[in-house]
Amino acid sequence: MKLSVNGVPHEVEADPATPLLYVLRNDLKLNGAKFGCGLGQCGACTVMVDGKAVFSCLTPVMLVEGRQIKTVEGLGTLDEPGPMQAAFIEEQAAQCGYCIAGMMMRAQALLEAKPDAGDADIRQALEPNLCRCGTHMRILRAVARARDKMRSTSAASSGTTGRAS
Amino acid sequence: MNAPDFPDVTRRGFLAGAGALVVSFTIPVHAQEAANPAPAPAKPLALPGSLADTPLLDAWIRIDADGSITVFTGKAELGQGTKTSLRQIAAEELEIEPAAIRLITADTALTPDEGYTAGSQTIQNSGTAIRYASAQVRQILVAKASEKLGVPVEQLKAQAGKVVGPGGVVVGYGALVAVDFLHVNAAADTWLKAPETYHAIGKPFARVDIPAKVTGGEAFVQDMRLPGMVHARVVRPPSYAAKLTGFNEVAVKAMPGVVAMVHDGDFLAVVARQEFQAVKAMRALAMTATWQEQAALPDQDQIPAFLEKSVAKVGIVTSVGADTMPGARTIEAQFTRAYQMHGSIGPSSAVAIVDNGLTTVWTHTQGVYPDRKAIAQMLDVPPEKVRCIHAEGSGCYGHNGADDAAADAALIAQALPGTPVRVQWMRDQEHLWEPYGPAMLTRTSATLDDKGSIVSWHYDLWSNNHGTRPGSAGSLIAGRLMAKHFAPDPAKLQISPLGNGDRNAIPLYDVPNQRVNWHFVADMPVRVSALRGLGAYCNVFSIESFMDELALAANADRVEYRLRHLNDARARKVIEVAAEKFGWSNDPMPEGRGRGFAFAKYKNHAAYLAIALEADVDRDSGAIAISHVVCAVDCGEAVAPDSIVNQTEGGILQSLSWTLYEAVHFDDTRILSADWSAYPILRFSAVPDSLEVHVVDNPGSPYLGVAEAAQGPTAGAIANAFRHATGKRIHDLPYTRERVKAVLGV
Amino acid sequence: MKRFWMSVAVLVVAFGAGLFAYARKPAIGPVQPPHRSAFDQALIEKGAVLASVGNCTSCHTRPGDRSFAGGLAVPTPFGTIYSTNITPDPETGIGRWSQAAFTRAMREGVDRAGNHLYPAFPYDHFTLVSDKDNGALYAYLMTRQPVNRRPRANELPFPLNVRLVLAGWKLLFFDKGAYRDVASQSAEWNRGAYLVNGLGHCGACHTPRNRLGAEKKGSHLAGGEAEGWAAFALDAGSPAPVPWTHDSLFAYLRQGWHADHGVANGPMGEVTGNLGRLPDADISAMATYVVSRMGEPAPQRVAKAREIRTKLSTDAGAIPIPVSAKAETPTGRGAVIFQAACATCHDGSRPQPFGGLDFHLSSTVNAPSPQNAINTVLFGLPAASGRQSAIMPGFAATLRDDQVTDLLAYLREAFAGQPAWPDAADRLAATRGGKYPVSVRPSDGIERGPANVGAQDK
Ligand code: FES
Ligand code: FES
Repeated sequence: MKLSVNGVPHEVEADPATPLLYVLRNDLKLNGAKFGCGLGQCGACTVMVDGKAVFSCLTPVMLVEGRQIKTVEGLGTLDEPGPMQAAFIEEQAAQCGYCIAGMMMRAQALLEAKPDAGDADIRQALEPNLCRCGTHMRILRAVARARDKMRSTSAASSGTTGRAS
Repeated sequence: MNAPDFPDVTRRGFLAGAGALVVSFTIPVHAQEAANPAPAPAKPLALPGSLADTPLLDAWIRIDADGSITVFTGKAELGQGTKTSLRQIAAEELEIEPAAIRLITADTALTPDEGYTAGSQTIQNSGTAIRYASAQVRQILVAKASEKLGVPVEQLKAQAGKVVGPGGVVVGYGALVAVDFLHVNAAADTWLKAPETYHAIGKPFARVDIPAKVTGGEAFVQDMRLPGMVHARVVRPPSYAAKLTGFNEVAVKAMPGVVAMVHDGDFLAVVARQEFQAVKAMRALAMTATWQEQAALPDQDQIPAFLEKSVAKVGIVTSVGADTMPGARTIEAQFTRAYQMHGSIGPSSAVAIVDNGLTTVWTHTQGVYPDRKAIAQMLDVPPEKVRCIHAEGSGCYGHNGADDAAADAALIAQALPGTPVRVQWMRDQEHLWEPYGPAMLTRTSATLDDKGSIVSWHYDLWSNNHGTRPGSAGSLIAGRLMAKHFAPDPAKLQISPLGNGDRNAIPLYDVPNQRVNWHFVADMPVRVSALRGLGAYCNVFSIESFMDELALAANADRVEYRLRHLNDARARKVIEVAAEKFGWSNDPMPEGRGRGFAFAKYKNHAAYLAIALEADVDRDSGAIAISHVVCAVDCGEAVAPDSIVNQTEGGILQSLSWTLYEAVHFDDTRILSADWSAYPILRFSAVPDSLEVHVVDNPGSPYLGVAEAAQGPTAGAIANAFRHATGKRIHDLPYTRERVKAVLGV
Repeated sequence: MKRFWMSVAVLVVAFGAGLFAYARKPAIGPVQPPHRSAFDQALIEKGAVLASVGNCTSCHTRPGDRSFAGGLAVPTPFGTIYSTNITPDPETGIGRWSQAAFTRAMREGVDRAGNHLYPAFPYDHFTLVSDKDNGALYAYLMTRQPVNRRPRANELPFPLNVRLVLAGWKLLFFDKGAYRDVASQSAEWNRGAYLVNGLGHCGACHTPRNRLGAEKKGSHLAGGEAEGWAAFALDAGSPAPVPWTHDSLFAYLRQGWHADHGVANGPMGEVTGNLGRLPDADISAMATYVVSRMGEPAPQRVAKAREIRTKLSTDAGAIPIPVSAKAETPTGRGAVIFQAACATCHDGSRPQPFGGLDFHLSSTVNAPSPQNAINTVLFGLPAASGRQSAIMPGFAATLRDDQVTDLLAYLREAFAGQPAWPDAADRLAATRGGKYPVSVRPSDGIERGPANVGAQDK
């Protein structure tokens, strides 16, 4: 089965019904997406498929063959964090951090679709994702900060609007 | 030993580091003795923090010849940021940068036994120990340098990993290392740095664990991938007391990828090569398993009555002054709290491997040593045949399924020696089997004099023990289910200064005549254990709700009334700060809006916390919205101010969720709250518009724990804001929309 | 568009007629907002129950906002109407309305100032409400918390934005007058009919409408639509695989779900949530009336239902693979999608209401229109904020169009034993494209109180 994850093509051998989450975590050894409920109730497993946020725990891998999958690993690296990651670090927006990658992916999907999302849009978009540590205020601030960063970057490189996803 | 390379930056390659010049390293006293528990060693010195239990300096700090410094803590990172703040503390006294420190956290083979990471005591106990140990190590290094350089100690000082003296003499720490030079007990007196000279404590250091967590690094036990690792899933009974009557072993074993099935009494598990194969096998096994169940749970709607009639013993928590005092008026009230869940976002998980008779378990337990003891008993091996290593999990907020998942992994791994086994619980397993925060009932009555001041106070609480942590093997689910059927440890009433069900049952307010009783309920029909704050959540909710009623009866401002009964200057300070920053007033508010205030000093000896907030009540839908929150907290010297704010924000939002929504539901046989649809928690739409936390710093004063301080006061403030908004009080937690509508009528 | 201009033409004619028949209605003089003490507490409480029957809060409250403050966008085929503020605020609400003005609005669809109201406010049903009940409703609404908020203006094209047009509409379609008992029926049946057809305005969604938005006479409760959802037939055409009984309908209306039918979805969630306030006797009466409209189920239906029950009790969770489900057919591909994406929850292993329904029981899969199946697959059931509710993730971003239609084909054949819906692809495209606006709501059926933010997120 051919998957494109974070722009890199992969060939995996998996039961086509396997939830994408397990393929990402075990076959591709990507830690970003987390198992939280496996029921589409918490968002810990959120990744992007063709620019939209999806619950990878309920997405059979066969449905995303040939589509663009993005995980938190695709937003940047430890040495060169992307704007979303940098914003979360700057706001120290984590307690245990278990929910955070899912939050970031849902926020990323929002901002790619709606670069000028307002604070209410951010709240609304994050509604499907749960955080038990109560890091919500910081998460909201971090996403707003990421939005501002992305906006100023895209303003700086005006004319070369990147393709969403 | 053959340690798999779990790539925690703090641990990587550490054991394999035989090439490093090990100059001083000690397995802590307790770890050595644990196999054969001796009577507690006499404590000649009243050493601060956890040094009292583990006085050897090299149990805490190791310095290598290359100058690298390793610090050991028996406490675990649970998302509180202690991997960072403990480094700050050590770095401060060792005169180095926090980033230069390698920190080893809870590992029964390496670190001191500091019991549980619980009760907001990491900084208080471990931080204090590391602080004093670091300061003493610095003194030893200076003394060594003095010998080596022939310069008097007074002319030398530690600076940036070196000892420097007059005329540019310099010697690096590494050069001062000698065999066993730190293998000495901590001295009674220590020269600590003065707050004005701090370079690390109280400074804004970014948390060391966050970058990995936001970039997909291997940050959690769930992320461990050992070579050859297989995936296990357990199949749990449908209810606590259910007995396994049959299952189809053959069909499940024949499923693709299945490498083992473990059946021991009522314990069932499957192991497969791939994770999804394990999930499918688990489902198939669950479908074929049959159980005999028992209707053994009390009526959920009658829990207060159940608690009252199940009292085993009454303990006197405090008794001061006269039993009754004549007064102008007496006021009474009763409060209750439902069973509530920890509800970690990541279900519990563990990895275990059996190698040469040694079972190593990576676990997000809060207590590697107690967990090791219970697992060893369950496996019927001596404790040194089990090693528990802490690896981070999703936030736990108390005793969740961590220890049980560790036990599952340890038990399953016995079936596959040499193969690492990863156990991951499913969502319903966490929801149904974690031990809940106990339901409680409290009654309070107070007499006021003619000026409205409190002259006597009676407080009675009904509660289980809030701690059923390991413990023995009977405190582990696997231990109970396996054929040996280890029994849970009997519940005992214990009144201690830290408190349990009675935590914060004694009001901090100055009341001359007080009685506080704990009506102890031994029977635990629903599995319970420590949930963030233990009894403090319900006790502070009760006391602070009641204080508001007393203030109203006394016709006093609710903040002023609290201050009137408080002499403790630090208590007064946080109250004043919270009130001022909030803009506390008695100005009228629009209909349906109200202000609430509450205060507590956690455990009556940890952090002081005051909170003011505004609530908006829609009487027709019963919805309560918390809009604007201001909190002030004093937890002594602030080591990592942003972590204090982060923890406090989290505590407030979590308590908001408990207070407005949360109750575990069950029928006479089964727990029904199996997932987030049946047990809803806070979502973003209900997050307040603003939330401010003001840290009242007290440089140079002892550390007071903070992580649990907000739970009770938040509930109290919400209750009081509701009362202010509506003129009605709800006495029962949670404040569901049905309750709101019932109390407000139409 | 053509349909639209035809409507306009008809309306213009009606407009002329209306001018003659109904001159502008007189205003009814403002009053001082009455104080709570002006009303008997028991009357207010009775009004609360009646307001629940009327589902008033659902239309007159924006999610997360103050109850009854209005401003909810109600999409209609003719444009968007914003609900009014019915709190007793004197400036922006109904604080200055007398009892007479209120009763006239209910009975005749005219506001205090004398303007005709759009029939999005279902006065074609509310006209049946008795004076006594209007008194109770008035007492309840006038004692709510006033909210000073002027809702947005309606977005309707000319000439529909001229309210006098409505006079013509009324002339054509509106029968004024309070409910009169049907002598041949029991008191319970009459009570049920009064609640269902009056305040409950069930027909507003469950009866098909003509091109001018009026309920079709003679098709009472034969199935209609609401907010982008099919409202199933409540007559003999009911698609429920296990026919409704008085008891199952009673339980469904009372708690929002039933083991034989699943959870209330779409706008129905709010209806059942509101009905939770009613006394059992009233819910029972409504069930009695509706079940009488459905009539005795035909023998084949009864036999089919028995077959389903047997299947569920013997091989619960088995995933049906119809014969046509070859790898290269839509049904075959849909079967694989179902097993991978849906079966985890919809294998019937977790009980209702939080587990997924076994689709053998699903009215949605058995319904003539694929619309509800499309809505549910795409948008799922969002979580209710702070309340127990079934949650289902939406698959809009996960499934491509062809995958959705494959899945629908499978559901239809495997669980309903019927061929694929022929209009599935068109409806899917129209739904995705926003041509059919769909309101997505949690299943817990609440009164729009909590901020169900995200619920509208499509
Ligand atoms: S793990 Fe996928 S939504 Fe919870
Ligand atoms: S940071 Fe722990 S769950 Fe969100």
